[in-house]
Amino acid sequence: MGRRFVRRGLLSENFVLYLSIVFFAILYLFMPYIASGRNLANLSSNLWPLLALVLGQMFVLILGGIDLSQTSIMALTSVVGGMLMTTQLDPTLFEKSPLWGILLSPQGSPISGTALAVPLGILAMLAAGMFVGLLNGLAVAKGRMPAFMVTLVSMMFFSGLAIYLTKSENIMYLPGGFTMLGAGEIGPVPYSFFVVLVLAAVAQVVLKHTVLGRWFFAVGKSIRTSVVSGVPTERVVILGYVFSGFCAAVASILYSARLACGRPTLGQNLLLDVIGAAVIGGISLFGGKGKVLWAFFGALFFVLLSNALSMLALPFYAEPVVKGAVILLAALLDVTRTRLLAREIVA
Amino acid sequence: MTETILQFDGVSKSFFGVHALHDVTFSLPKGHLLGLIGENGAGKTTLMNILGGVLRPDGGAMRLRGRDYGPRNPAEATEAGVAFIHQELNLFTNLGIADNLFIDRFPRLGRSPFIDKPVAKAQARKLLESLNLPLSPDTLVDRLTPGERQLVEIAKALSTGAEIILFDEPTTSLTAGDTERLFRIIQDLRRQGKSIIYISHNLGNVLELADEIVVLRDGRVVDQGPREGFTVDKMISRMVGRDISQIFPSRQSAPADETLLEVRGLSQPGIVKDIDLTLHKTEVLGLFGLMGSGRTELARILFGLEPFERGQIVMDGVACDGVSVRDSIRRGMAFVTENRREEGLLMEATIADNLGLVALPAFASPSPVRLVRARRLREAVARVAESMRIKNGPVDRTPAKNLSGGNQQKVVIGKWLLSKPSVFIMDEPTRGIDVGAKYEVYSLINDLAAQGTGILLISSELDELMGMCDRIVVMSKGEVQGAFDRSEFDRERILHAAFKGHRAHQRGARR
Repeated sequence: MGRRFVRRGLLSENFVLYLSIVFFAILYLFMPYIASGRNLANLSSNLWPLLALVLGQMFVLILGGIDLSQTSIMALTSVVGGMLMTTQLDPTLFEKSPLWGILLSPQGSPISGTALAVPLGILAMLAAGMFVGLLNGLAVAKGRMPAFMVTLVSMMFFSGLAIYLTKSENIMYLPGGFTMLGAGEIGPVPYSFFVVLVLAAVAQVVLKHTVLGRWFFAVGKSIRTSVVSGVPTERVVILGYVFSGFCAAVASILYSARLACGRPTLGQNLLLDVIGAAVIGGISLFGGKGKVLWAFFGALFFVLLSNALSMLALPFYAEPVVKGAVILLAALLDVTRTRLLAREIVA
Repeated sequence: MTETILQFDGVSKSFFGVHALHDVTFSLPKGHLLGLIGENGAGKTTLMNILGGVLRPDGGAMRLRGRDYGPRNPAEATEAGVAFIHQELNLFTNLGIADNLFIDRFPRLGRSPFIDKPVAKAQARKLLESLNLPLSPDTLVDRLTPGERQLVEIAKALSTGAEIILFDEPTTSLTAGDTERLFRIIQDLRRQGKSIIYISHNLGNVLELADEIVVLRDGRVVDQGPREGFTVDKMISRMVGRDISQIFPSRQSAPADETLLEVRGLSQPGIVKDIDLTLHKTEVLGLFGLMGSGRTELARILFGLEPFERGQIVMDGVACDGVSVRDSIRRGMAFVTENRREEGLLMEATIADNLGLVALPAFASPSPVRLVRARRLREAVARVAESMRIKNGPVDRTPAKNLSGGNQQKVVIGKWLLSKPSVFIMDEPTRGIDVGAKYEVYSLINDLAAQGTGILLISSELDELMGMCDRIVVMSKGEVQGAFDRSEFDRERILHAAFKGHRAHQRGARR
């Protein structure tokens, strides 16, 4: 009976969720603090922005592509938003910025301090994210370049640009209307949850219920067959990268608001977390497979793992080792599971 | 009385309780060519996997040169002198010919780990010469034609000292000239005393080559005997287990006067030149040509997959001098490509998702979000699957890759039916599928034509075109070389037109 239980858990669609719960339970035995209200709040504030990134990444992965530039989009949009919204810039730090005197002054940007600063700032961030995504998409779809190369280049280019624009300085003094997005709560639930919930709902509807969603899977399974079958493959691919850029901008808004600054190095260490979470969730790197729920499970597992590791206070070199080992273990479980599933279908 | 070299004695094999082979008994005399035929799923592959040491039989035995033979792995089969020339060639295209020949046993300099290149090259050259293949042993396999690659495979088999050589569908990707050359070499091998098992769906070839014929159906030997006792019709009826009075179902319609598609002076440098073509309502128009004649390229241009420089494609009276795939589909065109795995199907997707792919936009809500009307789509897909009798498994769960070739092809054709095409281009729609499935595809073509669709049927099998078409247009070297109405169909003349400019198809050595 015990074996059957394990087997059913392994084969379930919700396997990664169960894995997360078991993991959490084991951690709880050793570190009851993990279930404290403060830590749970911390977990949730880490989870939602990461999920936004994974959702965007998922669309690109379903296409059989990859978006390495998400983190640089975060950095760039963080800087763009920060510049537009900040109310005070220290001339000694920023006068070397190429935008000083053009867009930037000691009082921030021309719209700083106005009622429009926050909405326009947010719109500009989203637009910048989508613009980088558009460039990626055009290069992949029209330029027929490999996604890996294209997004690697834009990762380098736009993170460099973000640093260049600010001369590597963080932009402080963001308006309260913006930082509230990162810190505000309704009861115990942070605003970021609602933002990402909307994003996830949109992703779910698009993937499951629209023509476009079915085209995403078709392109990921065989782009040549899709072309012959009249799927507008170029448009689909471009839209995938634009959405990924959009999601990265959303994540950037949430992180920047929480940190209350525009940071040119934002998200620098997040890339592998995003792709790791997507893959652990079950989204295939080979394209054609992915679900919103899987993205959620993957992000949940990853956030739990990071949280546990930081609480263990391991020496700095041990943390990536343990993280790698756990990912390896998860991958191993996944392979076992796939094999069991295959046998299930034959029998 | 010739000596028996290989004997199958009551060989049986089951998978999950289903008999794949049941009491298979026959023998291969030394120096003979045995034609092994049967529909897909009849057990040919299982039998050959047992012979090759990939699978082990559940019952029965094999005897090779009078001794018990039971290879436990492919290496033991090779060791025993059994070699396979596979349908999908197993060559490393990034390596040279000599490297391919000796990949698993390079001659070495003494006992050192270094390859003795001069010896390898000399041996390779000798093997190539014995097959009349005037190529340098250093030539990259990548640069060889399919026919030449096949000969390299044969050279590889000979280099292992094979006595029994098995050919599995060797001609599917060969041009007519290459096929001829292959057959000459097979005859040579037989004269040298090699014993050959030849598997093919091309029954005419089997009849031409074989000394004996063995027919498998549902894992059993249903007929065997010398070639003289067989005709193509008999072979088919034994394979299918019922009488097919004809290979080609009879047509119920004749071409109408109304023109659906007209091509005027279509040219793309180096590909096609000055093509004129007219396709009428309810017409089945054949397009014949050797491999490389431009027939497939023409189809791809018509459908908008490739560009053209000059000329016009007129559909429904509207001319255009540049089309995209999406335009073509909107104008009522459908296209079954010659390679169903790469361009016809989403192999990993379900039957239902494949069938719904083309017509998807027609099942969307009018809002800009374009929600899929899932239930209507599901019903429409189910109707198509039903009407085409696509078997094996539930359509919404079975992935296309699990289907047999025939059923896969039916899915590829079926996905266009929901878009109700008026012009249907089919490039080699019966390649690699068994006789029963071919008959179904032919019936489908006839039904479509009877409903008014114009069909452009491309095939390298002339018999198929002569059996199916109202008219045949022959291409060679990118140009139309002739057109024949049904009343003037004549093998000789059609082939003559197809070979125009190909007289020198026995190319000399390329330097």
